[in-house]
Amino acid sequence: MKPIDYQSVMARRNETMLSAMGLDYAPFLEHPVTFDYEALMAQVPYSLDMVREIQARVGVGNTALIELRQINRLVRMLAPKGKGARIFVKDEAANPSGSYKARRAALSMHHAKEAGFKGAVAATSGNYGAAVASQAAMRGLDCIVVQEVFDSLGIGQPEILEKGRACEIYGAEVLQLSVGPELFYQFLRVLEETGYFNASLYTPYAIAGVEPLGVEIVEQMQAATGAAPDVVICTHAGGGNLTGTARGLQKAGAAGCKVVAASVDLSGLHMASDTDFNRKHFTTGHTGFGIPFAGWPDRTDVPRNAARALRYMDRYLLVKQGEVFYVTEALARLEGLERGPAGNVALAAAIALAQEMDEDQTIVVQETEYAGAGKQPSAQLSFARARGIEIRRGDPEDEIPGAAVVIPDHPSRIKLRDVDLPRVRKSLIRKAAGLMPEGRKLDAEDLNFLAAETRSTPAFVEACVT
Amino acid sequence: MTIQTGDWVRIHSVILTPAERASAIPQETRAVPLEMRVKGWLVTAGASIGDAVEIRTTLGRSYHGTLEAVNPPYGHDFAAAIPELLRAGEELRAILAKAEGETT
Repeated sequence: MKPIDYQSVMARRNETMLSAMGLDYAPFLEHPVTFDYEALMAQVPYSLDMVREIQARVGVGNTALIELRQINRLVRMLAPKGKGARIFVKDEAANPSGSYKARRAALSMHHAKEAGFKGAVAATSGNYGAAVASQAAMRGLDCIVVQEVFDSLGIGQPEILEKGRACEIYGAEVLQLSVGPELFYQFLRVLEETGYFNASLYTPYAIAGVEPLGVEIVEQMQAATGAAPDVVICTHAGGGNLTGTARGLQKAGAAGCKVVAASVDLSGLHMASDTDFNRKHFTTGHTGFGIPFAGWPDRTDVPRNAARALRYMDRYLLVKQGEVFYVTEALARLEGLERGPAGNVALAAAIALAQEMDEDQTIVVQETEYAGAGKQPSAQLSFARARGIEIRRGDPEDEIPGAAVVIPDHPSRIKLRDVDLPRVRKSLIRKAAGLMPEGRKLDAEDLNFLAAETRSTPAFVEACVT
Repeated sequence: MTIQTGDWVRIHSVILTPAERASAIPQETRAVPLEMRVKGWLVTAGASIGDAVEIRTTLGRSYHGTLEAVNPPYGHDFAAAIPELLRAGEELRAILAKAEGETT
């Protein structure tokens, strides 16, 4: 029997992960930095049309695209004359498990079934757990979800508790863990014990499953306005949402469409801190994932991450927690759509961005998520208030993650805050250069690869490393 | 309270003690164990809360741990409305209504 102590299990991680995916990553690991990203994506043996068909069979995709007419009126009132782009939202809450994550899970579970796995394991505290559980249930596969749920006092914030409940309702075995990145150790142990499929968020399947979302956006916008959108905004965390959507936009021919990322600003809170854990009011779509994953995608449960957001990101905006709760209220009050806050991160950014765009331009906010007990601002903010976090009206600029949530006292308070993308690009390039063996320099092929990785130029890459 | 075999229960176990935890994590996290809670059907007979027991999960897999609760409630709910957001909602309606009045 293999030893199951922490060091031994972690030492076997590559072998465990590889045997649990039915994918050969070896060709993509030959060089320390450079690999053929398109060849990695081509490991998915289905055309875009086949992916759409596989998803349609399980009720995934083809969600409504809704123009936010009342919010757009508000934006026009706030914007300078001639400004105020029209905002549309893709109602992804209509997917079987209540979020766009069903798209990622659908293709992964289809592959798991085809490859002969009896079940799947997912390490996630997000909507993805319910998505995998739901898609596994549809195919008669077992599902185990490993979640980070509670702090050392045994307390879990309401949104995470809801996500655990949702997994259970779809028949998953749910392992609820306390705070810490060693969750990965428990995840590996379960993979070893069961021989189930690693339903990682970061396989080519999990990204290819999002591509139809980008395609649907172009098709629906063409039908609604006669053209592809000028901007698509994606709530950004691990990068799969943005990567898959952007690839879909490109496949649909919308080359001119700008892809913008948006995350909630949780700066100052440590993601692996037992004491910070219940002081954040968003469990995903925040800077704790968004910034590190943009700057270095290969920090996941697969040898090469297929979600490489910096390749597609034209701009990266930050919003405050209070702004997102405010916009969630606005979506319910003005548009009659009650949706979960995490999906509205991009909407908050869109309301600010629309005001600097021309009024004949368009923005698509590419997801909503389901609402339910634990997910609403009422649950999140009541929990926060009970833990001594100040909730008040005012200027969200004064918000302090973990101490105060400031709900705008006027819609004009919602502001654009740009992440310094050249700095993120530089950081990725320098880290990659550091992986080269002693005495070996980046050659022309490596420079081209890193330029593609960072949506920059070989000259920019060269300047970063010299 | 007598707990029957076959009851739906939750158990608790320690996955890593503080000494076994990863080095690159914040001090406050390293100071406490990595814990796990799992629900399943109770296998052990004659058990009480706090006893070491075995369960079978919904997938039929076996786990051992300390019996913590019998069919615990999920516990999360909608909580109370947030007056700051209710007011914000009313203001937004008023802003649009005022604009409507001005243009018609």
